Amino acid sequence: MDEKLSKKLRILADAAKYDASCSSSGAPKRKSDPDGLGSTVGTGICHAYTPDGRCVSLLKILLTNYCLFDCAYCVNRRSSNVKRAKFSVDEVVTLTVEFYKRNYIEGLFLSSGIIRSPDYTMEQMILVAKKLRGDHGFRGYIHLKTIPEASPWLIEEAGLWADRLSINLELPTEKSLEQLAPEKDGASIETAMAQMFERIEEAREERRHFSPAGQTTQMIVGADETTDADVLRKSAKLYGHYDMKRVYYSAFSPIPDSSAILPLKSPPLMRENRLYQADWLLRYYGFDVDEIASSAEQGMLDLDIDPKLAWALKNRHRFPVDVNRADREMLLRVPGLGARAVDKIVVARKHTTLRLEDVARLTSGLKRAKPFLITADHHPKARLDKLDLRERLIEKPEQLSLFA
Amino acid sequence: MTLHRITLKTGADLHTFRKAVRWLIAEELAPQHVVFAIDDEPGLLGDETVTNAPPVAIPKGVSRLIEQVVCHGDPERYALLYSLVWRVLNGERDLLEVASDPLVHRIDLMARSVRRDLHKMHAFVRFRRMQGELERFAAWFEPEHFILEAAAPFFVDRFRSMDWTILTPIGSARWDRHELAFGPPGRREDAPEEDSFEEGWRGYYESVFNPARVNPTAMRAEMPKKYWRNMPETAAIPGLIQTAAQRVERMIEQEATMPTKRTPERAIEAMWDQEPKTLEELNAIIAKAGPLVPGATQAVFGEGPHHAEIVFVGEQPGDQEDLQGRPFVGPAGKLLTKAMREAGIEREQAYLTNAVKHFKFEQRGHRRIHSKPTTGEVKHYRPWLMKELELVRPKLVVALGATAVLALSGKATPITRSRGRATFGPYQGYITVHPSYLLRLPDEATKREAYEAFLNDLRRIHDLAQADLETGELPLAAE
Repeated sequence: MDEKLSKKLRILADAAKYDASCSSSGAPKRKSDPDGLGSTVGTGICHAYTPDGRCVSLLKILLTNYCLFDCAYCVNRRSSNVKRAKFSVDEVVTLTVEFYKRNYIEGLFLSSGIIRSPDYTMEQMILVAKKLRGDHGFRGYIHLKTIPEASPWLIEEAGLWADRLSINLELPTEKSLEQLAPEKDGASIETAMAQMFERIEEAREERRHFSPAGQTTQMIVGADETTDADVLRKSAKLYGHYDMKRVYYSAFSPIPDSSAILPLKSPPLMRENRLYQADWLLRYYGFDVDEIASSAEQGMLDLDIDPKLAWALKNRHRFPVDVNRADREMLLRVPGLGARAVDKIVVARKHTTLRLEDVARLTSGLKRAKPFLITADHHPKARLDKLDLRERLIEKPEQLSLFA
Repeated sequence: MTLHRITLKTGADLHTFRKAVRWLIAEELAPQHVVFAIDDEPGLLGDETVTNAPPVAIPKGVSRLIEQVVCHGDPERYALLYSLVWRVLNGERDLLEVASDPLVHRIDLMARSVRRDLHKMHAFVRFRRMQGELERFAAWFEPEHFILEAAAPFFVDRFRSMDWTILTPIGSARWDRHELAFGPPGRREDAPEEDSFEEGWRGYYESVFNPARVNPTAMRAEMPKKYWRNMPETAAIPGLIQTAAQRVERMIEQEATMPTKRTPERAIEAMWDQEPKTLEELNAIIAKAGPLVPGATQAVFGEGPHHAEIVFVGEQPGDQEDLQGRPFVGPAGKLLTKAMREAGIEREQAYLTNAVKHFKFEQRGHRRIHSKPTTGEVKHYRPWLMKELELVRPKLVVALGATAVLALSGKATPITRSRGRATFGPYQGYITVHPSYLLRLPDEATKREAYEAFLNDLRRIHDLAQADLETGELPLAAE
């Protein structure tokens, strides 16, 4: 691999890393043709992990980090003095194929700064995907970033080649968008999301290929004043209206050559983590957004304890819950019990009466669960009402400080 | 009672274990009377002579679990699995459902460990290209359990067109593009020492790391150290961790700089001017995109004066249209042209187009039989149709048939209920049948009647286009 290409790769990978999404999941299972290359497995594969604990699954790069937009939070905004580079379409194709053959990656995640026009940029990105599929019989995963300012027929085409499409909302409110991303417009972002949602649904019914792994989006946390409750309300809306597969939360992180209007500090990683946990409660645990918001202080999630525990502490009258009797919905609300543990409990108790040691084999969160649970040999009694319960259940923060 | 000794080979010896279980169950030997030993040269220590016994009916979940757990490295695996089988066959058929049972729990942990090792092998194998003209790849990998045979099919599915070998201390797998073969253990030296893309890959790995989020514990949880030595990118890890804090501090302390380049005002303004401005430009875009469903000869564009007063929208080009590259030139088009003339609309004065721009068909012998575009397909072409209308700017848009209605309104609506005047977004519209419907009617009387009705629609369309729609003055009494 020649040095010039290596250099570009460094610049354009660095420029792409603030996109939290890297998942290669959700595509239908495919195998390679006798002459082709690549396959997909349902859950995706992480091929490496970097020392920030994030997975490397796809070759996540920008086609170029030259950009005509000037979004304050973005390392690639036109007013930044970072180094710039641009790949040719063929260079991206070669890198993807050669990396894939060595089993470094599951596929490609391609995004780009806006050059010339949104349409031109989007066309170039589509061309990469088209060449991979057409010229190389590539059956691996392709995630394309959609540029909402591009013409709608380009979104139509992108979905034909990609396994997943995404548009990053980045900022949850129209006001923040106006302030920090002057070229972006919330309405056109949501129009494009709606178009993709419609087409994804139709294609699924008609058994055609259109972004079969659905669409995702990302919101930056900590660059504006939006509260957690408002972020989560926005997420709930995005899940509900456009059937997002994921909403990613990205703690606003120091970037090289940052903008004067966004002075930098350490990224709010714990806040990001709590948002993900709350997001899970919305999607898999039957919570609605107001329940989570009501247990947050002034709209902000408790950083010391997880949001399910925070809700349970504010709703102690609904506990303790008997593992041998309670229905699934209520078991899902017990702190420390994950959905998988709950499913196992529900099946196991048909055959046996569960004791505390049995529950211990099914979850790693027994310490948190214990004050809220009744088992054959355990009742929390007054412990549930103790005022210092919250303090007792705070876990030592694990590896989340900046310089640990 | 004496102990019965069963000997198995090193590795995932599913074959011997299955045979042994059948025999043990047939002999009604409880787990406490059986020991399982691993010895590649059996017969020395007075082993049991296991004879063929009939298969044992065990639940699917149990046999799946056995297949996984025999790959585990723990020598106790066979004894544990036999205990499981014994209990399942002696009154605890649903034992696997009791995930809290200590034995089930332990075996489940073992299965999970095997699955994880498999997953990690799929993820962490790194191929290197071998010297020589032919493109051949090899990798050295050290799995934790005996999973080579279970892991190999994944690589076949993925790298079918590649020639590759995976070498491990427990055996090797070779795919020559046709056949998968397992061989003896390999050595690290048998794989190439480097690869020309590794430098680039390491550079990529270093660049995607965000020093502001350093968290080596999370990394190690997912990528345990034991795998590191066979992954070229991990050489960068110590350096990345060591310099992270410093890099972040520098970023935070650095004052915001002024842009060194001036704002490219003209480029910024020009970027919004991206829409096609003429039908020719739009048609070029459509042509370049190619057919959504493969097969069509060419895209068939709209035809007519650029600022026609009436636009007729049909469904999709047919066989004739596809060959000639013009809309409404087949039988239905001829009928439409005739009816238009009778209603006083000159075809040359109207703009004729289709909702879908490519012919979709089923080949039956020599004939290409029209096949109806699906909702999703119609919608795929919709943005182009909308742009087309924007460029023609007609007074009236006529939907011929249900597909056109779907394309123009974005919603499926039956013609019988919506026939007549309509609104399509900013356009005044009119809904009638597609002329091919008239051709399909079976008997002459209905055909004549339907043609009359169609003609009536066309006359109203003619009059509507004549009228000044903005003031709503109509020469005819409206509905």
